[in-house]
Amino acid sequence: MGFPDRIERTVQIAHPPVKVWAALTTAEGLAAWFGQEAGIDLRPGGSAWMKWDGGHTADMRVERVEEPKVFGFTWHIFGLPDDDPRRTYVEFTLEPDGTGTRLTVVETGFAQLPVEAHHTAYDGNTDGWAKELGELADYLDAA
Amino acid sequence: MPPDIEAIAEQVFTALADPSRRAILAELAAAGPATATDLAGRLPITRQAIAKHLALLAEAGLVTAEQGERRRVRFRLRSDPMRVAQQFLAALARDWDGSLDALAAHLDSQAG
Repeated sequence: MGFPDRIERTVQIAHPPVKVWAALTTAEGLAAWFGQEAGIDLRPGGSAWMKWDGGHTADMRVERVEEPKVFGFTWHIFGLPDDDPRRTYVEFTLEPDGTGTRLTVVETGFAQLPVEAHHTAYDGNTDGWAKELGELADYLDAA
Repeated sequence: MPPDIEAIAEQVFTALADPSRRAILAELAAAGPATATDLAGRLPITRQAIAKHLALLAEAGLVTAEQGERRRVRFRLRSDPMRVAQQFLAALARDWDGSLDALAAHLDSQAG
């Protein structure tokens, strides 16, 4: 298999879970290492965002909040258009390890097949464009 | 894992590996649906070669044939397979190593 669906990393961090948790789940924390600006509504279903210099933004949806052990969110697959429904799921797991933390991050969902509903939405979009361009031409003809 | 997602990505990357097919796809992306004759007028590729490549691209689902003006067949880029290839690239481009290094550095700087 060559198509990676799942990315997993585990690192040892020399700081206790409570500190790591704050870095992962607060706007100040996220803005310090992940994004350059960030906001978060820390509850399942809450929204979060990050912004980088140059205008790139990431919109996230908080999925799991089990302080200070598990934090999960979904976000858009980088490079796909904003209207694409595919999202990957990112889950951080924090385990105490002596005075530090064993932090695991797992991101899954890169190998989602475009669903039929998506196909329909896509066709709807291209039809929409053709229609809008047609309407523009009609409008200009009438003017 | 879905069985054919790999095959879809492979078809996209195979198509992109050929400079003529890459030029055809790039032209369709940049300027919209076009006939083989349109493309032959804009690219340094013979009409015959363009027709051959378009047939291959249509078979792979990367372009779709539709009826254009005066009953001429024109070809339109299909973005679905490109999005599958993009998913593959997104996985390769995801830099968790860099991000986790930044997290550790941030926590160290707080402590210091």
